[in-house]
Amino acid sequence: MRIAVLIKQVPSSEARIRITADGRGIEPGDVEFVVNPYDEYAMEAALQLKDKFGAEVVTVSLGPPRIHEALRTSLALGADRAVALDDPALFGADAGGVARMLAAAVRKLEADLVLCGKLSIDEENSSVGVQVAELLGWPHVSVVSKLEFADERHARVEREIEGGVEQIDVDCPAVLTANKGLNEPRYPSLKGIMMAKKKPLESWDAAALGLDASAVGAAAARVRIVALEPPPPRPAGQLVTGDAKEMVTKVVAALKNDRKLI
Amino acid sequence: MSNQRTILVFAEQRDGKLKRSVLECLALARELAGSGGGSIHAVLLGAGVASLAGELKEHGASRIHLADSETFRLPTNETYVAALAAVCAESGSPLVLFPASAMGRDLAPRLAARIDAAFVAECLSLSTRAEGYTAKKSMLGGKVFATLDISGAGPVVVTMKPGAHAASPAPAAGEVAALSPVAVDARARIVGLAAGGGDGVDLQEADVVVSGGRGLKGPENFHLVESLAKAIGGAVGASRAIVDAGWVAHHHQVGQTGVTVNPKLYIACGISGAIQHLAGMRGSGCIVAINKDPEAPIFKVADYGLVGDAFEILPLLTEEIRRVREAS
Repeated sequence: MRIAVLIKQVPSSEARIRITADGRGIEPGDVEFVVNPYDEYAMEAALQLKDKFGAEVVTVSLGPPRIHEALRTSLALGADRAVALDDPALFGADAGGVARMLAAAVRKLEADLVLCGKLSIDEENSSVGVQVAELLGWPHVSVVSKLEFADERHARVEREIEGGVEQIDVDCPAVLTANKGLNEPRYPSLKGIMMAKKKPLESWDAAALGLDASAVGAAAARVRIVALEPPPPRPAGQLVTGDAKEMVTKVVAALKNDRKLI
Repeated sequence: MSNQRTILVFAEQRDGKLKRSVLECLALARELAGSGGGSIHAVLLGAGVASLAGELKEHGASRIHLADSETFRLPTNETYVAALAAVCAESGSPLVLFPASAMGRDLAPRLAARIDAAFVAECLSLSTRAEGYTAKKSMLGGKVFATLDISGAGPVVVTMKPGAHAASPAPAAGEVAALSPVAVDARARIVGLAAGGGDGVDLQEADVVVSGGRGLKGPENFHLVESLAKAIGGAVGASRAIVDAGWVAHHHQVGQTGVTVNPKLYIACGISGAIQHLAGMRGSGCIVAINKDPEAPIFKVADYGLVGDAFEILPLLTEEIRRVREAS
């Protein structure tokens, strides 16, 4: 069993975001980049399968040289090898292009299972994992909050929907996208950090993926960010005064009479 | 027959009820079709759902592609996507709209990859321009708003954030076209459904959200938030801090690693307002904040700030709202 875990670096959720002068990007200097939180649940699920079935875990990430740091951390956590898609010719793709690159990487790795986060907290498309499944011709289950493998080919999973969960039986090879609550991600151990230095971390370019960069990268993108803006400012609010009872009476009256919300 | 102007809307239903955001998508589709004389088609999949066609016609669908059989009782993604792809091929539609719901998020990207469409999720608005579309969406949990150009040859698939566009009836003389089930040997099969957090209103579609945070001191006090939500008819939300502490399930979490909400009214109880929480709720119509710390960041986005003890204020507020609602 070989598991490919797709990870992405994103601005930390604690980060304050400043938009660049050209209005198309964010100031990188201000931002701490972390592994997308949902990808951490995918990583932990892969490591648990490694413990259970002796699976080989390979992490894959697309992005600038800083992704090596995230991939090295994944090796410290227990991944066996890592692949960086860090060829600048691959950058600037839209979500569909990213899915094509990752699907090509998974194919080359001859993986049996793909795990990734349910969405990346930067662009919030929740599309890449699902699209990788379609491009590979595999089934997918998205937003997985529980995962149990009967054997290496068959899993019963739970997926969160509004007001409930669906229980789904899935046959591998498959793509599963992880939700918060799936597990409790581990931290790297000192021994793991030492061992990670000796594990293979390769860089693959478009040619290694067997792709023509002009067909998947920036030139092929059909979706482009043309402007970023901060959220609109909110009108100044008011502090409601008085004791608890007075505040409650005033705010309920305002919600009813001024705002027509009750 | 190919019709380049047909806009398709996925008419999501569960348990024989249309998702409200389907009607919002239909209203948006009418706006986009506009003066061009384009037509609006809905795709309705399920078992025993034929009667929903009437509601879709009421909201402007001129043709309803209906698959009404046991095959479609559960939203098995491989089966649903095969049916949707068949309708796309037949209608030659350049644009397919989905609600950004659990089901929409599961199906739309897969359909987009299958029909080689450009894809954008969670759109707040969508408009046409000379060569394609312009979409707006929130990114980074609401910390930035992005304008995206969608261009190039080929279809476009979009999911629309619930509540971002108003629904409005516009009756059309719609016709129903039966869709033959496409045989799919699904490898991901839904074998069960369990309620969990089915106790209340859907957080994402709710008009009112009442959220609790660490100011409530412990899970044993969270019922104060639930009672207020019940009294006002709202959904229950939570800060990341108390979800991580295990007080409430993750599906209640509001913020960047939870749900981004934009209800008409948001009531924050004992929430100080971490940056990722504020980003996820600042799009709400009206914000009421209750916190004992007057310096809490939540008061910077609140329309009405109540500085005080949540344990004292919440029961009074619940009682007062109940009284006012019963009187009206």
